[in-house]
Amino acid sequence: MSEIKREATPEQLLYANILEKGMLVGLGLMFITFALYVLGIMKPVVPTDQIASYWSMPVHDYLVAINANFLHGDTLPTGWSWLKLISRGDFLNFIPIVILSGVTIICYIVIIPGLFARKDNAMGVIAVMTSLILILAASGILTTGGH
Amino acid sequence: MVKRMVEKLGRISIAWSILALVPAMAWASEAMAQAPVPTADGTAWWVWPVVLLVVTFIMGIVAVLGGVGGGVLFVPIISGFFPFHLDFVRGAGLLVALSGALAAGPGLLKANLASLRLALPVAMIAASMAIVGAMVGLALPTHIVQLSLGGTILGIVAIMLTAKKSAVPDVPQADNLSSALRITGIYYEPSSKQDINWKIHRTIPGLLTFIIIGFMAGMFGLGAGWANVPVLNLMMGAPLKISVATSKFLLSITDTSAAWIYLNQGCVIPMMVVPSLIGIMLGSLVGVRILKVAKPTFIRWMVIAILTFAGLKALHKGLSVMGIL
Repeated sequence: MSEIKREATPEQLLYANILEKGMLVGLGLMFITFALYVLGIMKPVVPTDQIASYWSMPVHDYLVAINANFLHGDTLPTGWSWLKLISRGDFLNFIPIVILSGVTIICYIVIIPGLFARKDNAMGVIAVMTSLILILAASGILTTGGH
Repeated sequence: MVKRMVEKLGRISIAWSILALVPAMAWASEAMAQAPVPTADGTAWWVWPVVLLVVTFIMGIVAVLGGVGGGVLFVPIISGFFPFHLDFVRGAGLLVALSGALAAGPGLLKANLASLRLALPVAMIAASMAIVGAMVGLALPTHIVQLSLGGTILGIVAIMLTAKKSAVPDVPQADNLSSALRITGIYYEPSSKQDINWKIHRTIPGLLTFIIIGFMAGMFGLGAGWANVPVLNLMMGAPLKISVATSKFLLSITDTSAAWIYLNQGCVIPMMVVPSLIGIMLGSLVGVRILKVAKPTFIRWMVIAILTFAGLKALHKGLSVMGIL
């Protein structure tokens, strides 16, 4: 019994392996997308020489300003609307950031079947609930009033 | 004359970046190719990202030597001394803490030092409350968040000064909940050359404490290792090594949920986030090497002094806006 417990459980190892791969992909991609951005290979929405005029604003004012000055959209660029802008250098960088923020959700989803298969129902339910909470956070449904 | 000197310094900083890594090289090339366009305060646009890279690199070293997470240093220092708005600093702070946790998590899980069984129930509560904290933090006026951040940072300093640690806490009997969830394990302790069989108690009070910890992590973008470890170790009775490792891994889940809220609300500016992540990661790598030869006691006191100063500055900022100071 103690021999089994000293080793990491199968779902723990599975979780670790996926987390590691996601982390490496996300960080590797971040180097590439950032290089494309700052080298000017992909034109950004907010020109690099103007970004400093915006980063001291509260987020709502910043979104209103970049929408008015560059995007001219009907809605502010929040939630998953960055997907429409991935051809632009600055928003391209959201891809690795989303991978880094999303890999944990994948880890949870992958370990759930194993937990239930091993009759580890309590941990299985906890994992299902947590993954739903993380998916809800990622969905963009939850919004704030802003300040 | 002064402008030339500043530009020269910027170029020197960029040259340093070239030596450091490829993306910084790309960045430097562009900075040199373009004529710097001054901002409202006359500073060239690329100066702050370069300074951010250098400062977060140093922060990464200090964080490792001081035994704290990068996020807890990042938010108070960057919000206190850089021109970035607190909304973006908190978003970047969460991503800094998240990246550190993602980098360390797999190794800690594979070594069975981070316990998935201990982390899962804790993470469910902390991640839920981090979402609430993030939403509240983004809805509140900035000066209120700044004021609360100052108070929280000073609270963290108090915890750092007073909290004791217990290598292997005495847990006479596991409680019913932890027994039902089978939160237990074994790890090999090289110093005593024996297997340590660990279990936990006070699971319900411990889990309830993570309501507050998760909320604060989301609200301030601080990461939460400073609170996770004392609760897991002293309250719930997990051995110190298990507590530290599980806490680090736990941040990858707690900060994920809050990071999504900040990301979806537009609080991510790549020109801030990427240099911060690269700086902290490189600094951490160097810090780990220095740790092998350095005596970290002085650094720990330095971290406490820096946090105290940054906490007081955040309080001052908040009170100034309210017209009290």
